[in-house]
Amino acid sequence: MNFTLRIWRQKNRKAAGGMETFKVTDVEAHMSFLEMLDLLNHQLVEKGSEPVAFDSDCREGICGACSLMINGEAHGPLKETTACQLSMRHFRDGETITVEPWRAEPFPVVRDLVVDRGALDRIIEAGGFISVGTGSAPEANVIPVPKYDADIAFQTATCIGCGACVAACPNGSAMLFTAAKISHLAHLPQGDPERERRAIRMVEQMDAEGFGGCTNHYECGEACPKGISVSFIADMNREFLRAAAASPEFKAVEPPIAKA
Amino acid sequence: MALDPRVPDGPLEKKWDKCRNEMKLVGPINKRKHRILVIGTGLAGASAAASLAELGYQVDVFCIQDSARRAHSVAAQGGINAAKNYRADGDSAYRFFYDTLKGGDFRSREANTYRLAEISGNVIDQCVAQGVPFAREYGGQLDGRSFGGVLVSRTFYARGQTGQQLLLGAYSALSRQVGLGAIRMHTRTEMQDLVVVDGRARGVITRHLETGELKRWSGDAVVLATGGYANVYYLSTNGRGGNVTATYRAYKRGAFFANPCYVQFHPTCIPAAGEHQSKLTLMSESLRNDGRVWVPKKKGDTRAPGQIPEDERDYYLERLYPSFGNLSPRDIASRAAKRMCDEGYGVGPGRQGVYLDLADSIKRLGEKVIRERYGNLFEMYEKITGDDPTRVPMRIYPAAHFTMGGLWVDYHLMSNLPGLFVLGEANFSDHGANRLGANALLQGLVDGYFIAPQTISHYVADSKPAPLSADHAAFAAAEQEARDRIGKLIAVNGSKSADVLHRELGQVMWHHCGISRNRGDLEKGLGKIAELRERFWREVRVPGVNEEYNMALERALRVADFMEFADVIVRDAIDREESCGAHLREEYQTPEGEAKRDDEKFCNVAAFEHKGVGVEPVRHIEPLTFETLHLSTRSYK
Repeated sequence: MNFTLRIWRQKNRKAAGGMETFKVTDVEAHMSFLEMLDLLNHQLVEKGSEPVAFDSDCREGICGACSLMINGEAHGPLKETTACQLSMRHFRDGETITVEPWRAEPFPVVRDLVVDRGALDRIIEAGGFISVGTGSAPEANVIPVPKYDADIAFQTATCIGCGACVAACPNGSAMLFTAAKISHLAHLPQGDPERERRAIRMVEQMDAEGFGGCTNHYECGEACPKGISVSFIADMNREFLRAAAASPEFKAVEPPIAKA
Repeated sequence: MALDPRVPDGPLEKKWDKCRNEMKLVGPINKRKHRILVIGTGLAGASAAASLAELGYQVDVFCIQDSARRAHSVAAQGGINAAKNYRADGDSAYRFFYDTLKGGDFRSREANTYRLAEISGNVIDQCVAQGVPFAREYGGQLDGRSFGGVLVSRTFYARGQTGQQLLLGAYSALSRQVGLGAIRMHTRTEMQDLVVVDGRARGVITRHLETGELKRWSGDAVVLATGGYANVYYLSTNGRGGNVTATYRAYKRGAFFANPCYVQFHPTCIPAAGEHQSKLTLMSESLRNDGRVWVPKKKGDTRAPGQIPEDERDYYLERLYPSFGNLSPRDIASRAAKRMCDEGYGVGPGRQGVYLDLADSIKRLGEKVIRERYGNLFEMYEKITGDDPTRVPMRIYPAAHFTMGGLWVDYHLMSNLPGLFVLGEANFSDHGANRLGANALLQGLVDGYFIAPQTISHYVADSKPAPLSADHAAFAAAEQEARDRIGKLIAVNGSKSADVLHRELGQVMWHHCGISRNRGDLEKGLGKIAELRERFWREVRVPGVNEEYNMALERALRVADFMEFADVIVRDAIDREESCGAHLREEYQTPEGEAKRDDEKFCNVAAFEHKGVGVEPVRHIEPLTFETLHLSTRSYK
């Protein structure tokens, strides 16, 4: 198969970027989208041009490194599939494919298709954890967790932190990402002591990073490679309101951590 | 030089207690004065960093990914072992230890292995408290399952994502400390060298992957938790970024590299589809719980699997190993698969595959139950191959997966270079010549949460490292060397991408030092590696400059280290004239093709000391003694 690729090139954070067109030849249908880009890069490097920068690591859909808008869709056309698992058999021979990085103000472009998703880490740092020091854990079966709750917690915990939800949202909202972590820990008895504090701090950090709000486009849920439901955003809103209304933590909470 | 493993005396089950009781402590106020550098944020690195910060040390953490959460521990699927004995099926720390030691073919350090088993339960407790969503039964208790090489149910799991869930637990502990200001996190930052001053590890040189900036970091101890080196085979189950650079650089600075030839080939990977394949995807071994492995009885049978009647199928693992059957350890299952394919019984395109068939379990338990257990694996398999495993048997083949070898460490997980601690897959100690399934996640967390923070404290209390400025000449020299190496790579200006040359190296390693080995092939391999290394430095092309996000440079630097390190693996494989665990020398096997150990000559750890690139390293020996268990022939029949 042969393709024409229109790819966003940008030298660094400060440089102006633009679309550049490439031809890639001898692509096989079983190759993944990233293997197709590898092939393009081999061809570029051997000609002495700089390869197109993109993030990738595990190439099995779990590390969350890949971050490509393919023909305007986060991770491309296949539902619940990251770009690394998207095979070229889903494209037509000779097609022109447009590839861009995640587009959102809190995700500055580092180079070409690589973005800085540090904002998501900072949301976790603000409260996406249970404060249990090493060595202070009780015996694991002391606290039974109903299977239903454990399953819900697991569903939300499957978030791989790729940021597709943000990239797909017209508002650049990180609510699905934040909701997934809040719901995960709120559904477990271990998460209960910090439940209010966590919801407030994570939401405040999310806002401080400059992510937009949710206006019910539901694009995030469509783009999520792990199929995390948008209904968890309602869960998060409930957690936040509950915390704000009922908890002294709301007023006592320290200001969100400043942007690094 | 004598290698002192510093194993405490006394009975096996009291050794770790004794060690803990005798270790020196650092006062809370003094901890703040010490800086620990942690390289890598997988299970071992993240858990160690979080625990050290909780103790009060100043911690700097480095990872090459854009976020600590993406380290390759994330990709482990099946589970984590712990001797909880929740099923009352006869499990115990001793039995766990026994299984692990036997699984490793008596080539691990007994005391380390026992400690792994002993602490395993605490790890599950810690992870549950952090909110790791392990699978539960309806009563709310933790669910468990069995895994290869084991007859009890001691594996805890979170569907097919155990690695990701455990890593998110460790990452959340790490993030909490970052938020509290106790850890400084440096993402997209790669270690280029280890700085050794007066024989002690005192710092690292890093390169920022976005800006190319080289930086010096001084610390009182350095922790390497940088994973294994299976990517030396190019195609492996590791992530694309996996590399040997950090441990190899430490090796070049004097740390000994132990048992590099022990490489595990995972039996259940999806076979490669073509030349441009960038990695191999593993299907969790847990599938072997419910799947039966078979090939057609007739050589070169091209019928679709459904067309092959029951009596024309060879369930070869069940036939050869009746008591463990489909749950035989990885090395045995991998070799058996390769043998079947080499003899012409392979299936699928290229005939490099065997079937893993779930049909019987689906009949017995129903599709719903099987989907619940392995749903995400099925999706992954279908995405890659286009086949639905509940309708068509899966095709599997072995791939390079885990490296039992690593930097030599003593019982304190400290290298022969004082101040250098090595955790997780990066060290060599617990798994011997073959790792059992679901023990790697455990080892990472045992090392990181429960061992290293305590032994590092002892080191700090005992050696009282004085503050050291990064202006010291050793830092300047190491930084200059790193700069020169980068300059030299860019200056080659050849015609090939580093990846293409890496792929060639992988082919050499696979054919000359792969699943089964012999002296002739190994020696030829050594020559080919030297030739390829020389070509690499003539043919590689790295466009661009250092001072930018330069993917080609990043990869070329790692491949350059693989080109040198491959040599050490092959030399170890030549020297070890026996078969043990994953290391099978064709000259040393039973008539049935089973590994034949030579306990007279090789009941030891081989630790290599660097003497120059391509130069025969010095082979040091740590004898292995077994106080509790008698050496026995591993049998899974």
